[in-house]
Amino acid sequence: MEAILRTENICKYFGGLKAVQEVNIEVEKGIILGIIGPNGAGKTTLFNVLTGTYNSTKGKVYFKDRNITNLKPEKVTGLGIARTFQNIKLFKNMSVLDNVKIGFHTQTKTRMIDAIFRTATYKNDDRICEEVGMELIERVGLKDLKDEFASNLAYGNQRKLEIARALAVNPDILLVDEPTAGMNHTETLAVVKLLEKLNSEGLTVIIIEHDMSVIMNLCHNIVVLNHGQKISEGPPEMVRHDEKVIEAYLGREE
Amino acid sequence: MDQLFSLIEKIKQKSVYYLIPIGIFVLIFPQLTDNQYVLHVSIRILIYMLLASSLNMIVGYTGQYNIGQAGFYAIGAYTAAIIATRAGYSFLLILPICGILAASMSVFLGFPTLRLRGIFFAFTTLGFSEVVRLTILNWRTLTRGTFGIPGIPLPEIVNFQVSTNNHFYYLGLFLLVIMLFISHRLINSRIGRAWVAIREDEDAAKAMGVETFKYKMINLMYGTFWAGIAGGFFAYFAGYVSADSFILDESFAILAMVLVGGKGTLVGPIVGAIILTILPELVREIARYRLVIFGIAILVMVHYRPQGIAGARAEGRRIAVESEYEAGTAEPVTETSGKGS
Repeated sequence: MEAILRTENICKYFGGLKAVQEVNIEVEKGIILGIIGPNGAGKTTLFNVLTGTYNSTKGKVYFKDRNITNLKPEKVTGLGIARTFQNIKLFKNMSVLDNVKIGFHTQTKTRMIDAIFRTATYKNDDRICEEVGMELIERVGLKDLKDEFASNLAYGNQRKLEIARALAVNPDILLVDEPTAGMNHTETLAVVKLLEKLNSEGLTVIIIEHDMSVIMNLCHNIVVLNHGQKISEGPPEMVRHDEKVIEAYLGREE
Repeated sequence: MDQLFSLIEKIKQKSVYYLIPIGIFVLIFPQLTDNQYVLHVSIRILIYMLLASSLNMIVGYTGQYNIGQAGFYAIGAYTAAIIATRAGYSFLLILPICGILAASMSVFLGFPTLRLRGIFFAFTTLGFSEVVRLTILNWRTLTRGTFGIPGIPLPEIVNFQVSTNNHFYYLGLFLLVIMLFISHRLINSRIGRAWVAIREDEDAAKAMGVETFKYKMINLMYGTFWAGIAGGFFAYFAGYVSADSFILDESFAILAMVLVGGKGTLVGPIVGAIILTILPELVREIARYRLVIFGIAILVMVHYRPQGIAGARAEGRRIAVESEYEAGTAEPVTETSGKGS
């Protein structure tokens, strides 16, 4: 299988703190990759390095065999990598639909002159935002709330909106950071189903999650981080029984 | 206070019905009065509306706290004054130059400073406006320093001499309407959404592919362009410009109008400009305490209505939703009590 995203000895140090150390991952096209690890293992930092939010200290990131190391986040998004945030970062004082519309930024081309005179470009862009945006909102189940301010949504719905917004980017690969945190069982199930469906349509997904039932059901492959280092990698069954992983989570018996 | 605000809410809900009579009133207003003082104040209000609206594009939509808008206003005014008195080009040519020059100066300000966030950006804009004023005072060969530039000719638009206050009123109104129209269209486009996204969460905007630096720059240029236009119009209207018109107080006054009226809405700065221009006029004795009034107005607004008079931001609505939830939890209780009786 072809690797859509891979890292070569990627490192991110904050002063003396080695948040991510020499991590090599290869994400095959069309899979769901889970990234797990105890708190502070460097999972989110790895996401931030992959998406350009942080500059890496060392190492390289390749997306579709193109070196995207330390590219600006807006550029990375433009290439087809979308993400959600662990601490929800919605545009709070914008409607649900407008939040999703921002996601179309890289695919639309309206310039000032188009907006002022409502040219064909503007109308075309507007139609795409409106139609595809509504489809996405419907997909995550927020259709009835489309005019609500994002800040007024319940927690679970905010996470769904983040996914819808990321999908508007029309990504090849979606990075979701704890998408089911704070959700009840039904909501969690809905998100899992949504991610499965998206994956079956060809979207590659990388997911950080603490809910092991989600990880074990969803992922084709799992990378385990601890203290910024990759300690294990493989299919769920293998990782589950890996001594090192059990040790990282439960500690070593004296 | 609460009653006053609930009245405002009621007016806002039916704002469409008020729009037509207000529009008609604004159009025929100069015909209703011969009082030159009233007309003069109205034109000043129009200039402030334009300035406050231009600042609102920056402060209200992209969340960049520019508190040196008077600097760009000054650039516009002096551009018009210098070109009109020395080269004698036509008004229609000079006015856009005022805007373009103000906007290009904002590039110089924006390039090093737009990467700064929050208060740091605010400080540099404040400094910039002082730099502009001091440059005007000291570049005597160009600006005549403290003497100011008198004798700016009346504007002529295709053989039509703009001469009376009535003419200036309609000219100012025209500029304001154009500004609001273009701004409205921009806000409801990809560009405006990018601006608001930057205001709401710059990191998330980047993650959505918005080139935040570029869009902040476009936004700053757009806002300062209109400040330059307002400056050009002011120069022609007053017929005389001097550095005294562009002191820091002016920047603060414009910012106060935006904050009191309601940032992030097109109506807000309009309302703010009306209130904060008329208030000191009504009570002439306190006019010299203008800034004190503005300060108090901002404090009162921040305390009672942070979104401004015309603003409708989530803060207000969130409270509404919370009370709905409370009503929701209260419901079963009333149900059971209903069954009991």
